[in-house]
Amino acid sequence: MSKPRLVVVGNGMAGMRTVEELLKLAPDLYDITVFGEEPHPNYNRILLSPVLAGEQTLEGIVLNPREWYAEHGITLHTGSPVVRLDRTRRKVETADGRSADYDRLLIATGSRPFMLPVPGADLPGVIGFRDIADVQTMIEAASRYRQAVVIGGGLLGLEAANGLKARGMTVTVVHIAPWLMERQLDATAARLLQQTLEVRGLRFLLERQTAELIAGESGRVCAVRFKDGESIPADLVVMAVGIRPNTALAEAAGLHCNRGIVVNDTLQSVTDPRVYAVGECVNHRGVAYGLVAPLFEQAKVCANHLARYGIARYTGSMTATKLKVTGIDLYSAGNFTGGAGCEEIVFQDAGRGTYKKLVLKDNRLVGSVLYGDTLDGAWYFELMRDGTDVAAFRDRLMFGRQHLGDSGHGDAQARVQQLPDTAEICGCNGVCKGQIVAAIRDKKLFTLDEVRAHTKASSSCGSCTGLVEALLAATAGGDYSTAPSKKPLCPCTEHTHDEVRAAILAQGLKSIPETMRALNWKTPDGCPKCRPALNYYLLCAWPGEYVDDAQSRFINERAHGNIQRDGSFSVVPRMWGGLTNPKELRAIADVAEKYNAAEVKITGGQRIDLFGIRKEDLPAVWRDLAAAGFVSGHAYGKALRTVKTCVGRRWCRFGTQDSTGLGVKLEQATWGSWMPHKFKMAVSGCPRNCAEATIKDFGVVCVDSGYELHVGGNGGIKVRVTDLLCHVKTEAEVIEYASAFIQLYREEAHYLERTAPWVERVGLAHIKARVVEDADNRRRLAERFRLAQASAQVDPWSARAAGAAPHEYVPLAVLT
Amino acid sequence: MNALHDGWIEIGHIDDIPRQGARVVAAPGGNIAVFRTVDDAVFALADRCPHKGGPLSQGIVHGHQVACPLHDWRIRLDTGQAVAPDEGCAARYPVEVVAGLVRLRLLPDSGCPNA
Ligand code: SRM
Ligand SMILES: Cc1cc2nc3c(=O)[nH]c(=O)nc-3n(C[C@H](O)[C@H](O)[C@H](O)COP(=O)(O)OP(=O)(O)OC[C@H]3O[C@@H](n4cnc5c(N)ncnc54)[C@H](O)[C@@H]3O)c2cc1C
Ligand code: SF4
Ligand code: FES
Repeated sequence: MSKPRLVVVGNGMAGMRTVEELLKLAPDLYDITVFGEEPHPNYNRILLSPVLAGEQTLEGIVLNPREWYAEHGITLHTGSPVVRLDRTRRKVETADGRSADYDRLLIATGSRPFMLPVPGADLPGVIGFRDIADVQTMIEAASRYRQAVVIGGGLLGLEAANGLKARGMTVTVVHIAPWLMERQLDATAARLLQQTLEVRGLRFLLERQTAELIAGESGRVCAVRFKDGESIPADLVVMAVGIRPNTALAEAAGLHCNRGIVVNDTLQSVTDPRVYAVGECVNHRGVAYGLVAPLFEQAKVCANHLARYGIARYTGSMTATKLKVTGIDLYSAGNFTGGAGCEEIVFQDAGRGTYKKLVLKDNRLVGSVLYGDTLDGAWYFELMRDGTDVAAFRDRLMFGRQHLGDSGHGDAQARVQQLPDTAEICGCNGVCKGQIVAAIRDKKLFTLDEVRAHTKASSSCGSCTGLVEALLAATAGGDYSTAPSKKPLCPCTEHTHDEVRAAILAQGLKSIPETMRALNWKTPDGCPKCRPALNYYLLCAWPGEYVDDAQSRFINERAHGNIQRDGSFSVVPRMWGGLTNPKELRAIADVAEKYNAAEVKITGGQRIDLFGIRKEDLPAVWRDLAAAGFVSGHAYGKALRTVKTCVGRRWCRFGTQDSTGLGVKLEQATWGSWMPHKFKMAVSGCPRNCAEATIKDFGVVCVDSGYELHVGGNGGIKVRVTDLLCHVKTEAEVIEYASAFIQLYREEAHYLERTAPWVERVGLAHIKARVVEDADNRRRLAERFRLAQASAQVDPWSARAAGAAPHEYVPLAVLT
Repeated sequence: MNALHDGWIEIGHIDDIPRQGARVVAAPGGNIAVFRTVDDAVFALADRCPHKGGPLSQGIVHGHQVACPLHDWRIRLDTGQAVAPDEGCAARYPVEVVAGLVRLRLLPDSGCPNA
């Protein structure tokens, strides 16, 4: 049977990226034919600016050489524009008389430069800035003529002007708006930019409207005349006033177009589902994008559907802009002009030539403009993308990620560029700045993951991530594709944590292999990052029903102990609320002696740790402990750890409530529950807070009138004090609120996200709305938690002591 | 467990090893980790990570790799080599499955310099 035929019209960035993505998913599905109007194979259009400026060569910007097409069995016709599309006969025809039949058609015709409709616009010497031919025209003109005029002071116009200047021309930029790049910059940043460019020799005429281009004796353009009557000499005019989606072919074929071919979330024409379209020629939900990052996201989704997986959706992108003029640092993203309900934070240092503006709405970052110091651009973009609630660190937001007080890098003034090469960046793995910079340079690293893989920096506790990203930005320079608008769960998938969780519920996915199949995983059985996450998400979605996959758990959770550096294990039995008694202590002492525990220690969580237990002995240790009434303390799990308590009203002269008793009740209600990360609680008997409840995931501070409930604290890598959730009157309420809060966290947080970053990401208001203000919802959450607990509160230790999972502890064979 | 000709030793049935998991064989020269991957391929490596000696048998098995439980180095099961950019290797032992029975030889393959 012959393969279905895919015809691609447009051999540019979006079209070929779609084909590449398709080949990754389904290499042999289609017979592919590509038509390109330009005589070249696919090249990186973005790099035309550096080519013009003489910093790159044309050969150096080819993305897919002709051999690539041949290798993949793709028929390529270059210099062969498609002029007719017959949807009834499913056929395209080209200007040079070729034709091709299709089963699926992909239109990726990009856009055309918009040429001002003024007299003389068609004269020789008047061009746009779009393709290799334009660049060749400009390079040639620069060798023969002197005066260049660029109409349009946007991104493209400034890059053209900079390139022509570098090639020795006298360049004037004419712009209709009162300041440059008015769609990306506010007036202040634009002024700074203009000053820098003026120092480099560019001239600017702002608020000038072009009336006419005048021809000289040779017939070539010789001057530009403005509405106010003034005119300036010009041997070359580059129009960079905007682009228009290239929809002529689609329109003639009756496809619905409205400033772009109108497509749905699967990148299919709304008129004809056999016709797909991606790139600048497309209008998706009313937006036509003009930057590659969103087009590449479209390409992924489109390929997914062409490959017949049919699960991805394109829902739009957030974009960020950088100016590619060497030596100028400029970054802009989102809504930087503000407007109703927005607030602005502005920082300006004229002496250093830096300017930063952050726009906030409802305590979330919605836009940013950075000039002169763009180090934190990626971080701001992340905050925007994730919709992070910035209320907690708003006062330090402007000063960047380094200023959030990461432990070990406390010197808030030390900016990463000023650090010496010997400065230790990653405390966990002992990696210093020089090593990271060298690796980025020598190994051509572009992403955080690559730096982690090559240097180990930031791969353990993660507190130095901001510094490493800053080094990346400073060393490698920002790459246009480094900030995808969504962050996949791991390299095995394109889906985010939230998308995966939603799909599990919506599609009723019940196992890890089923989830991987339905969501088109790229690896046969995932990796150590996604498998534990999926296992947890399934467990949370289908309590009592999902069968836990031990092989997808990290060894500590699989063996129910903490693995030590020498391969032995530690054992921490649960001590409810930190209470114990002579019988329990005696049992622990006996176990310690009988199994040769190398050390016995009181933990920071008010219980006892037995170190150096051999793995083979674990079941027997647990059997002895179970006989004394102990259950697992889950000191190894992404689960409820401890409930720390203080003495409280029973003994303490200040105690207002029975904090110890309440702690025990809380622990009994919540132990055994699997969570996205570990979860710690504490109950203090009065505001002196001896149990340190205000750095716990859920903390209770007893007061005379009842109980203050606190959430989102963390005492670990980055200390975070809790937020006050609310005040309640009874112990029963404390348990209900705690259950509801835990369940919300279980259902919403990303795997390995503790409550502190989760609360910061979604905002306290989000949590209050669901746990405090909506009593019905709180009860429902607490009920779902109770239901899940029914199947979770099974002591894993006694089960194993009684013989469960023996293969985990006994060798397969002992050879002598 | 039976000693066979040529130094092959029968160590158990493939079903005794969890899929995407490993079992340890205690041998005179140190523990050997015997892995079973998702596609039921079986591999054997010295149970010592080339990094700091972590027990590879306790790691998460994915594809034809295992992630060391101590510091997450990735080791290829077919060669014993650490996945780049990490460098090092764990000795590899000949292993085969005949009619469901797993057989091992205690003489490591050559090719791993620090074995
Ligand atoms: C045993 C104990 C230290 C001690 O001797 O006191 C301990 C030991 C470990 N902690 Fe801890 N932590 C212990 C209390 C704490 C505390 C204090 C507390 O709970 O009151 C904290 C800070 C409070 C907090 O979590 O907010 C703490 C913050 C951490 C962190 C950083 C967490 C964070 O969110 O920043 C890690 C790393 C992680 O989880 O990724 C960690 C990880 C670890 C690990 C599991 C490291 C590892 O992955 O192997 C250590 C296991 C050692 C072992 O083999 O047993 N441990 N760890 C404490 C056990 C308490 C218990 O009874 O269960
Ligand atoms: C100078 C310059 C600098 C840029 N800098 C950046 C930047 O820094 N960052 C960024 O994100 N973006 C930048 N862009 C924008 C980016 O290049 C475009 O968004 C991207 O190339 C659009 O991809 P596309 O596939 O939709 O269109 P294109 O890449 O233009 O591809 C469309 C192709 O289809 C061909 N075609 C058109 N009609 C037909 C037909 N009927 N038959 C056959 N072929 C046809 C065209 O000739 C063209 O080759 C820049 C653009 C330019 C011009
Ligand atoms: S117990 Fe905690 S603080 Fe101590 S070394 Fe281990 S992880 Fe670090
Ligand atoms: S011992 Fe294996 S990664 Fe460190």
